[in-house]
Amino acid sequence: MASKNLKLLINPLNNENPITVQVLGICSALAVTVQVKPALIMALSVTVVTGFSNLIIASLRNTIPPRIRIIVQLVVIAALVIIVDQLLKAYVYDVSKKLSVFVGLIITNCILMGRLEAFAMANKPWESFLDGIGNGFGYGMILVVVSVLRELFGSGSLLGFQLIPQSFYEAGYKDNGMMILPPMALITVGIIIWIQRTKNRKLIEK
Amino acid sequence: MNVQSNSYTFVYSSIIVVVVATLLALAATALKPAQDRNVEIEKKQNILSSARITASRENVQKLYDQYITDSYTINSKGEKIEGIDPFEINLREELKKPQDQRNLPVFECTLDDSLLLVIPVYGKGLWGPIWGYVSLVRDKKTPSDSASFIPYKKIYGAIFDHKGETPGLGAEINQAFFQIPFRNKVIFDGSGRFHSIKVVKGGAGLSSLNEVDGISGGTITSKGVQAMLDTCLVSYQTYFKSSNK
Repeated sequence: MASKNLKLLINPLNNENPITVQVLGICSALAVTVQVKPALIMALSVTVVTGFSNLIIASLRNTIPPRIRIIVQLVVIAALVIIVDQLLKAYVYDVSKKLSVFVGLIITNCILMGRLEAFAMANKPWESFLDGIGNGFGYGMILVVVSVLRELFGSGSLLGFQLIPQSFYEAGYKDNGMMILPPMALITVGIIIWIQRTKNRKLIEK
Repeated sequence: MNVQSNSYTFVYSSIIVVVVATLLALAATALKPAQDRNVEIEKKQNILSSARITASRENVQKLYDQYITDSYTINSKGEKIEGIDPFEINLREELKKPQDQRNLPVFECTLDDSLLLVIPVYGKGLWGPIWGYVSLVRDKKTPSDSASFIPYKKIYGAIFDHKGETPGLGAEINQAFFQIPFRNKVIFDGSGRFHSIKVVKGGAGLSSLNEVDGISGGTITSKGVQAMLDTCLVSYQTYFKSSNK
């Protein structure tokens, strides 16, 4: 893979991370990160939708009438999201119940429109596809990190498996109920941003 | 071609709409059987779990066949109606009809030493529909019982679920701490009159036979559960009193 293309995939993981740098898609990051499993499925769903909506819009970019381009973008996103939602309902029913409205709300996830407008409308299909996948991964990575912390400290488990041994609880350890509530997701994301900017100083605005 | 022109825009949007609509219709039709199967499995799990039987996705069919020994449809007079599959009844539609025209589903569950009736319930919460299943256990008649003996008056188990109640508040109706207190509550008073379970604020007495604790901060959903039990169970009262099975 050409290094330019590789950059499209790698950059959103750190320097152009949609959540911690572009601050897009925060709302769903707060809502679906109580447990790791819904977060993983959500990350995967968003990655599929960003990848393919970027691919489709980039292939159509020269034919789309400029006056209705936003509508066309939304139609493509909405169609993909509905297909993903239907697939989840058919094959991972319990997870689809947990994600409930948030799958539908992928449609309004700012990452999608943001990438379509900023990248896919001006680049070739393959590059756009990579950009979409990269941004999906960048989003998913943060989701998974946040959900691991929240499930571990909030419920003492990961992916539903009890990790903190029973003897800890008997010795007086308690799960932190705060971690389950949305504010802690915001604080966790804040801490991640802080750590990232300490390591990567060029992200700090002057 | 001029991508700015009006006619181009119209033709373009028409094509997009037709293509997308076809794709979505295809996806919906192709995935419908798998989705229906999930709904069926969930319904069977709920029916079993109201009878305090926990079933996984894998063994639900086996347990359902084992414990649910009969299912039928009745009307509000307690008479059986032939030809309507109780599993397929849409409770929401039935509740819109006048009480004496409703088709009421009943599932019979046979445990080791007792017979249960599982009754589906459906109602309104704060943000959307709530529903559940209530199982009633058959009382054993003793010689001291009078003529006003009511075979099905005691709740054996209850489960509830919701579509979009507030997490942490109304949504807690699907948690065990809310559902377990419904066990052993009684839906007829001493003189044989129907009275539903009350979901009360500020602590139901432990000895109370027809009150359970509501959820703090989830008052409207709690009241919804109370109203749901009332409107759904009242249609069955003749059957609960008269069933001699």
